[in-house]
Amino acid sequence: MATAIQHQIRAGYGFMERNVNLVKRYWAWEIVWMVYSIANSLSVSYIGLGMEVIAGASANVDGRVLVLYLVIGTLVWRYLSIIFIWITELISIERWEGTIEYTLMAPIRRITHMTGQTVFAVLYSLLFTAVVLLVTVLLFEIDMSQANLFGGTVMLIAGSFSFIGISIMASVLPLIFPERGSQMTHIVIAVMLLVSGVYYPVSVLPVALQTLAVFSPATYVLDGVRLALLEGANTLVLWPQIWPLLIMGVVAVPLGLWVFNQAERYAKRAGKLARNG
Amino acid sequence: MKSNNAIVVNNIHKTFGKPGQASWWQGLFTHNKSNGSVNGKSSKQKGKKVLVTAVDHVSFEVREGEIFGVLGPNGSGKSTLIRLMATLLLPDEGHITVFGHDVVEDALQAQALINRVSVEASFFKKLSPMENLIYGARLYGMDGRRSRKLIVEILHRLGLEDRSIYRPMEEMSRGMQQKVAIARALLSRPRILLLDEPTTGLDPRSKREVQAVVRELQEEDGTTIILTTHDMAEADDLCDRVAIIDKGKIVSLDTPEGLKKLVPQMNGHAPTLEDVFMELTGRALKEDEDEAAPVGA
Repeated sequence: MATAIQHQIRAGYGFMERNVNLVKRYWAWEIVWMVYSIANSLSVSYIGLGMEVIAGASANVDGRVLVLYLVIGTLVWRYLSIIFIWITELISIERWEGTIEYTLMAPIRRITHMTGQTVFAVLYSLLFTAVVLLVTVLLFEIDMSQANLFGGTVMLIAGSFSFIGISIMASVLPLIFPERGSQMTHIVIAVMLLVSGVYYPVSVLPVALQTLAVFSPATYVLDGVRLALLEGANTLVLWPQIWPLLIMGVVAVPLGLWVFNQAERYAKRAGKLARNG
Repeated sequence: MKSNNAIVVNNIHKTFGKPGQASWWQGLFTHNKSNGSVNGKSSKQKGKKVLVTAVDHVSFEVREGEIFGVLGPNGSGKSTLIRLMATLLLPDEGHITVFGHDVVEDALQAQALINRVSVEASFFKKLSPMENLIYGARLYGMDGRRSRKLIVEILHRLGLEDRSIYRPMEEMSRGMQQKVAIARALLSRPRILLLDEPTTGLDPRSKREVQAVVRELQEEDGTTIILTTHDMAEADDLCDRVAIIDKGKIVSLDTPEGLKKLVPQMNGHAPTLEDVFMELTGRALKEDEDEAAPVGA
């Protein structure tokens, strides 16, 4: 029993170590991605200052508040979307390299596979987002003295679980659609970006999209982080945003694993694991 | 009495859908209940699906420590058979056991005893042999320090120089990459090694080196080896027994010498395995390129 657990822990660590090695080997791409992400976050955040100028002095627009609103949106979205990308690449990266059959024939439980990839995804995303945050804070001279940073972090962690579950579900697309499955995962992330209030309040959306927003974990994460950082809300006050995330996480993670197992069985029945197929 | 069979393949059958097949969502939630029939029916009974039979009710046993060859042309079902043993495909009918462990019902136990080398050496190409093999070792529950030492030993044994061990795989020749693929398989000390055309495309020297390793594995470690190949001379030289497979069926199974006795002497020379193959299948090895392969392959 102890040996079996040790085996699974080592295998889980193996996925993390492999990903660290890949990041090191693709260091040039990591720099490109980082510069792109910083530029993207800054350009969105400058819209806040731009609105102050566009609306004119009489409109009484507080550009600093708008900037912080948008900065929170870009950073939270960056954090969640990086987790999503790494987890959905669980299959597509191995299909691209041709190693998928070797990984799926190894004596490891799928939950071990997912855990290794997920822990790496969360750590990588935290580090990546922290660098973007640092540059943004320096450029905009944002005052975080009143912000409840602990509350903001609690919201991010609470939101991670449901995002992990959704990402695991999306990761089956490259498994069952070998040719275009990887691109299909973008649909999931694009719809969540639209409905979750990343750059605007959900209330400006049509009713149908507002209904969809209720089911997006990003909606609650963004609400909670904004309350914590913009208004300095106490962590206990964030409970209405936290509990829906916890429920979504409790449902989404096991559901994601179940969906993945079904997809793996289908792929093994239909012969979808073969490198060219 | 205790059986010394390493692998028992019992009436295994596998078909693949071709254009006109059932939709993916119909297949997604369909379970193989008993390692065989799909929802209790033969695959051929499922609607209007066009099916191609890759492996057609094949049965054989491989004894522990044996080198068992599977010969056949492209599309004969060799690789499908290997994938079924490796738990990468689920059979439509029949059972495969690996040292008594069913490859569907008891997959984790079976997987721990098997490793595989395929015709394509598939690796993370930017990673070095060491990084790739450490990843492979961890999947089999091995600890890092011991694995690193073992990796260097195995790669040296296969003729790789130190400088190659830490450089990206993409900088290596195909022969070198195939040796790393063999090292990956040896690392987990499998009791059964599935070699799916491991020497295809290799230069003569690399081919001989790989063949020497196969022989050494059997003699020194007692590893059971299933070898699929197009190379008749290789099969004749290495294999204790050979199964000739054609259109998904085993058309003959015996020792190389036994197979050669099946055909008469021709033009004054003793028959070769290739003569046997021609006689039994009615065509040359390179013909019949249309593989009964997985969908989209």
